[in-house]
Amino acid sequence: MTARPWLKIVAVLVGLFLTVPTLVVIPMSFSSAKTFRFPPGGWSLEWYERLFTSPEWTTAIVNSLQVGVITAVLATVLGTAAAIGVTTLGERAKGLAVGFLLSPIIIPNILIALVIFTTFLRIGLTGSLFGIALAHTALALPFVVIAVTARLQGMDPALRKAGGSLGAPPFAVFRKITLPLAMPGVLSGAVLAFISSFDEVVISLFLQSPTAITLPVQMFNSVTVQIDPTISAASSLMVLVVSVPILLAQVVGARRGSRGK
Amino acid sequence: MAADTAAPPKRTLSPSGRRRVGGLLLLLPALVALTLFFVLPLLSIIVDSVTDPEPGLGNYASLFTDGYTLRVLGRTLLVALVVTVAGVLLAYPYAYMMTLAGPSVRAVMVTVVLVPFWTSMLARNFAWMVLMQDGGVVQGVFGLVGLGDVTLLGTTTAVTISMTQVLLPFMVLPMFSVMQQIDRRLTLAGQSLGASRFSSFRKVYFPLSLPGVAAGASLVFVLALGFYVTPALLGSPQSSMIAQVISVRTRDLLDFGGGGAMGVFMLVVTLAVLAASRRLTGPGGAAGAAHAIVGGNER
Repeated sequence: MTARPWLKIVAVLVGLFLTVPTLVVIPMSFSSAKTFRFPPGGWSLEWYERLFTSPEWTTAIVNSLQVGVITAVLATVLGTAAAIGVTTLGERAKGLAVGFLLSPIIIPNILIALVIFTTFLRIGLTGSLFGIALAHTALALPFVVIAVTARLQGMDPALRKAGGSLGAPPFAVFRKITLPLAMPGVLSGAVLAFISSFDEVVISLFLQSPTAITLPVQMFNSVTVQIDPTISAASSLMVLVVSVPILLAQVVGARRGSRGK
Repeated sequence: MAADTAAPPKRTLSPSGRRRVGGLLLLLPALVALTLFFVLPLLSIIVDSVTDPEPGLGNYASLFTDGYTLRVLGRTLLVALVVTVAGVLLAYPYAYMMTLAGPSVRAVMVTVVLVPFWTSMLARNFAWMVLMQDGGVVQGVFGLVGLGDVTLLGTTTAVTISMTQVLLPFMVLPMFSVMQQIDRRLTLAGQSLGASRFSSFRKVYFPLSLPGVAAGASLVFVLALGFYVTPALLGSPQSSMIAQVISVRTRDLLDFGGGGAMGVFMLVVTLAVLAASRRLTGPGGAAGAAHAIVGGNER
């Protein structure tokens, strides 16, 4: 069935609405003005220089990388184990466990921030990067569980049974059969966990301290507390860092898809 | 669960029994972590909301009697509703077009949705801030169509427009994942039986696509309800939404009872909306939406 012209036009407009406004950050990042004026009056690399040399920005970047890596490691280990563990449960228990594991994805972040902040305040975990990473782990867990589960669902259960019937103990079956087969899902879960932490604002805002400021918090403060156009350089980089892998994955996927036909 | 596994005190377990214990052991750390960093804190805030500063339902009563809080609640619900409706209207034709497009066009369309989804929330909101400032591009466009110099930054309008865009991917992906599974021959059958193109769409295709609409709409509504960054950057204290008030109450005033009551209210609305959408989409509606979002990468 062919699409009507008006449908195509609407789809193009929606596509533009989704992508074009964000691109504004790229010309902004080369502006020479100390304000957020757009279009910029002159051009410079000042904001990129500041992003990579001024201590407040470099510290924030390093902090975010640290938190992101800790989160990715914790969430990947916990999430992969849980996704594999879930497969051994009965239908009802499975539904409950999966629902519970995925719940952080549908609970508004502000609510998670609120509850974690009040608890961490009591146990003295606010203002530490590790505290932020722990909170991000809860948030990132669903991404890993989903990615690994999707991978396991496509796996032939006979493989595991075969391993067991040939005398392999459960742990060897897990290590030699289940885990290698689930690996692509584990890796994509780890990447998603890292990105979700690297980009998280609300919880990091609640848990921040002068020594525990992540990049999104620094960006947030650079528009709310001071007017610091370095945020446009940071934004451009983040857009780039996220878009390129997705574009590549889609191009590769489309090639593979068209070759298969 | 623990009792269940500890119950048979035999020294040797059957292979399937061992597998079950192994499975539970694998599952346990994640459950413990979520309980520690999510469930227990949530319970403690519920307790706070009825005990701090004094035992009783005072915090909840003031939620619905204090004029300021009521206005914030009303504004938040209204913005979330407008964002959801606008999102459905924009996302439906886009997702529908995705199902009609060929593989390469579809890959482009998926990318157009996924890139913003994974792009820094702050970058996207900052871009809107630049566009909507006084003398900015959006104001210029409004001027062209004869609306004059309307101030946008700091208004609820600005917040609503940006939130619609920021949340749109959450709407498109669940819709697409449902529409993809609809058998197109059904509408053709409708047409061959004499229905017009429009009425076969309306009577056959549209009802079948509703679970996707419900999943997307409920997800966006719930997320919009608790949105913090957009109203904080593009709104003003006069156009506060509930998330900002929660932040001020807990972070600045350390009023855990008051902030907690607002949080609990938000949680109840969230769960009610999700339960309602579950009825429409069947079990796994929200989970299905989540799968669509993460799995969209691999399509």
